[in-house]
Amino acid sequence: MSLALLILVLVAGGMLALLADRRDSALPRWIALIALIVDGALLAPYFAAATSENGAWLDNLRWAWIPRFGIGFHLALDGLSLLLVALTVLLGLMAVAASWSEIKERIGLFHANLLWTLAGVLGVFLALDLFLFFVFWEVMIVPMYFLIALWGHENRAYAAIKFFLFTQVSGLLMLLAMVVLVLLHHAKTAIYTFDYFALLGTKLDPDAALWLMLGFFIAFAVKLPAVPLHTWLPDAHTQAPTGGSVILAGVLLKTGAYGLLRFVIPLFPSATLDFAPTAMALGVFSILYGGMLAFAQSDLKRLVAYSSISHMGFVLVGLYARNALAVQGAVMTLLAHGLSAAALFMVAGALQERLHTREMGRMGGLWSDVPRLAAIALFFSVAALGLPGLGNFVGEFLVLAGAFRATPTITALAALGLIVAPVYSLILIQRAFHGERMKPRRIHDMGAREITAMICLIAATLAMGLYPQPLIEIADAAISAKPGPMVAERSAP
Amino acid sequence: MISAVDLIALLPLLILTGTAILAMLAIAIRRNHRLVFLLTVAGLLGALALVPMAANMTPRTVTPLLLVDRYALVFTALALAAGLVVVCLCRSYFGVRADQPEEVYLLILTALLGAGVLAAGRHFASFFLGLETLSVSLFALIAYPYRDERALEAGIKYLVLSGAASGFLVFGMALVYADTGTLEFSALISASSTLTIIIGTILIVAAVSFKLSLVPFHLWTADVYQGAPAPVTAFLATVSKGAVFVLLLRYAVAGGLGQAPALVNVLSLLAALSMLAGNLLALRQDNLKRLLAYSSIAHMGYLLIVLVAGSKVSGSFAAEALLFYLAAYFVTTLAAFGTITVLSPSDREAESLDDYAGLFHSHPWPATVLASALLSLAGIPLTAGFVGKFYLFAAGGLGELWTLLALLVVGSGLGLYYYVRVIFQMAKPSLDIAGKPTAPAPLEAHLVLVVLLVLLFGLGVYPGGVIDLLTMAALR
Repeated sequence: MSLALLILVLVAGGMLALLADRRDSALPRWIALIALIVDGALLAPYFAAATSENGAWLDNLRWAWIPRFGIGFHLALDGLSLLLVALTVLLGLMAVAASWSEIKERIGLFHANLLWTLAGVLGVFLALDLFLFFVFWEVMIVPMYFLIALWGHENRAYAAIKFFLFTQVSGLLMLLAMVVLVLLHHAKTAIYTFDYFALLGTKLDPDAALWLMLGFFIAFAVKLPAVPLHTWLPDAHTQAPTGGSVILAGVLLKTGAYGLLRFVIPLFPSATLDFAPTAMALGVFSILYGGMLAFAQSDLKRLVAYSSISHMGFVLVGLYARNALAVQGAVMTLLAHGLSAAALFMVAGALQERLHTREMGRMGGLWSDVPRLAAIALFFSVAALGLPGLGNFVGEFLVLAGAFRATPTITALAALGLIVAPVYSLILIQRAFHGERMKPRRIHDMGAREITAMICLIAATLAMGLYPQPLIEIADAAISAKPGPMVAERSAP
Repeated sequence: MISAVDLIALLPLLILTGTAILAMLAIAIRRNHRLVFLLTVAGLLGALALVPMAANMTPRTVTPLLLVDRYALVFTALALAAGLVVVCLCRSYFGVRADQPEEVYLLILTALLGAGVLAAGRHFASFFLGLETLSVSLFALIAYPYRDERALEAGIKYLVLSGAASGFLVFGMALVYADTGTLEFSALISASSTLTIIIGTILIVAAVSFKLSLVPFHLWTADVYQGAPAPVTAFLATVSKGAVFVLLLRYAVAGGLGQAPALVNVLSLLAALSMLAGNLLALRQDNLKRLLAYSSIAHMGYLLIVLVAGSKVSGSFAAEALLFYLAAYFVTTLAAFGTITVLSPSDREAESLDDYAGLFHSHPWPATVLASALLSLAGIPLTAGFVGKFYLFAAGGLGELWTLLALLVVGSGLGLYYYVRVIFQMAKPSLDIAGKPTAPAPLEAHLVLVVLLVLLFGLGVYPGGVIDLLTMAALR
């Protein structure tokens, strides 16, 4: 029940925010904040339960929905979902904080769309019915589209429609694959069902499995994104308002990885094994290509956007490395990148709010103007480049350590990403904050609200870097769950 | 002989006929817009109320011409409900514009009668009679504002092309008859498919394709949609196309079209062309009515997937898919054209996309309805259109029509672009609120929009109830 409540609180919060706008334009911000805090409070008991030996699934909720096709309203929570849901709620709070002074028009509608996007994301992380999953998958896109299209920057119409088209069309391929999977299952068992557990053990012939797997993979690879399906991302991230960018980079990209982990690998284990080398190669390509393009950008938000592609490449490599260590690393990378990318987008947003530009060529020498903001930017830049002691390092290290067992060559290439990352991260700091100060600017440094938000993210990143063990334990039960382990391993001959 | 039970089975159609005659007499005695409107609404509600009673008698063959089964009755109910919506939209629309608006209702009633006959038709004679009753009423409806050049042009265009199509239809029927010696659909299944039958059937399919505006028989669509009064366009887009589709599926299943690969290929080709051409032509439209016209071409192409699959999957699943898709499409299309009607100022129609700039700010309520309708046409989850699309995927998957399904994905992608473009236009900050059309607030039109919006999301969020109803409407 409390799983449905998690989603419902956000949906209702969105409605309230929309209605409250007429009364007082500051009210929607508080409503959004409260709704997210309530969600956080609902989540807390699960963290307590996750540490003890409770099995993989911490909660389960199953209602009938469309019995004709065996579709149910089935939500469930395991360690992996728990971590990602918690990340979503945290970054939701950050997005509200980041929009506090940036969004001045139609505040109610903005927060409604923000909360509805988050509700959709929570649904994606919780749904265990394929049909329901798809519904949430598509529904989270629509409010996000409006966030970009209505509150975005100069080229928002183009960015928003591109984002929408990429995700929806790839989503339709996934729907097709889902329906065909269910029909094949029906052909074997004469039962229509979209339930995850029922479909887990479906025997498929290799050809069919490969095609179906590809249908899912393309949808998730667009969202991740993996090169060459990434072209929507730089536009969408750059044009979105800060709050939108935080959610996009911090949470929406993670739904792609989550989909691979939850559906593609467990549902099609043997096709996954056959496809793994290709997927890992795509991952390595994303790491290097994304990193190179990030270095070449002069637009601050675009740089961070391309760096996301590079980091998500590590996730793809880890997911397909076929061992638990690498998958653990991928999950840690997801969480750490969520924090660092969100923080960097908030920095970029704060700078844009003050300077009205994202061009690094027009920044320079900012350190003396806004020392606190600059220090925070430096912290998250080095976090993103994988400095030991911070969260991202843990994730990427585990990915490389795990992947090395599987394919040393690919891992060696992926490790080159650790050279590219410092290059683009440090050039960001150098061009924006160091160098010659053009003219004295009268801009204010980060205020108490911004600092508080940043301290939350800094603390989380530090905690992940210094003592990641609790998180690894929470995720571990989910990753090796039976049935449906998220590590595709060739069964002993 | 026709027995009492037969009459009960036919009651919805009989009530419809009676109402049409009453309306005609009422107009002849004294013109009173309100009276005719109320009479029509009462007649439609009465016919709807009798559908469950008729359903108890099913399946029942009434004369060799009509087969009243649940499949026919579900569609009849759907068409009656759509007729009710259109009638409510017509009242304020024609009340302001036409000198003598009363006959609109009469024509809608006769058109519905034609649709009902088509849904129950099991014989080429009832096929032809139903289609002509429907079409002739539509000619007059389209050209009803006879002082408006565009409406007249649209009416003539539809009349001439429709006449040509009827010619094809009759010729096709004659060829089939020449070979089989019977006009019943079910006779075809036992007949060996000779060249004559195949050519005859292809002619029939061509005529029907014209009515459904499938590519390459679509040339009239955009002009007629644009020229016809908005409520009439709504009727044309829903009831007229739906009735023909319902008949076509019955004809295909009863006549065993799936046995002739040539016909399946022809239908697949029509579907593929319609999906692609409809969506591509809609991409650059700046007129909302034309945009919806091209989108309807694409949607009819999607729906043909069910028909093609109908040759491989069971007839009952095809019927279920078709009826659900039609229900969803009806609700969505009526909501879209309903918004256009409500927003139109009294001297013209709000059809240019510029009329919709900033609509969310100037008219938030109609804008919400239109945006929901467009999302439903695009097939976004939680709207009726999504469940419809899900049915298409299921039917296509069962029939293993991978090429058509791939085209459906491509077509939906193209579709998203132009639907979302309209929504974006509505969300723009409005430049000049003073120049925007202001809607007079006809209560029943707004009420209809509320109902349609509820249905649009109701079918999307909880389709279970309707699906249960449809599974009983299995086509045998």
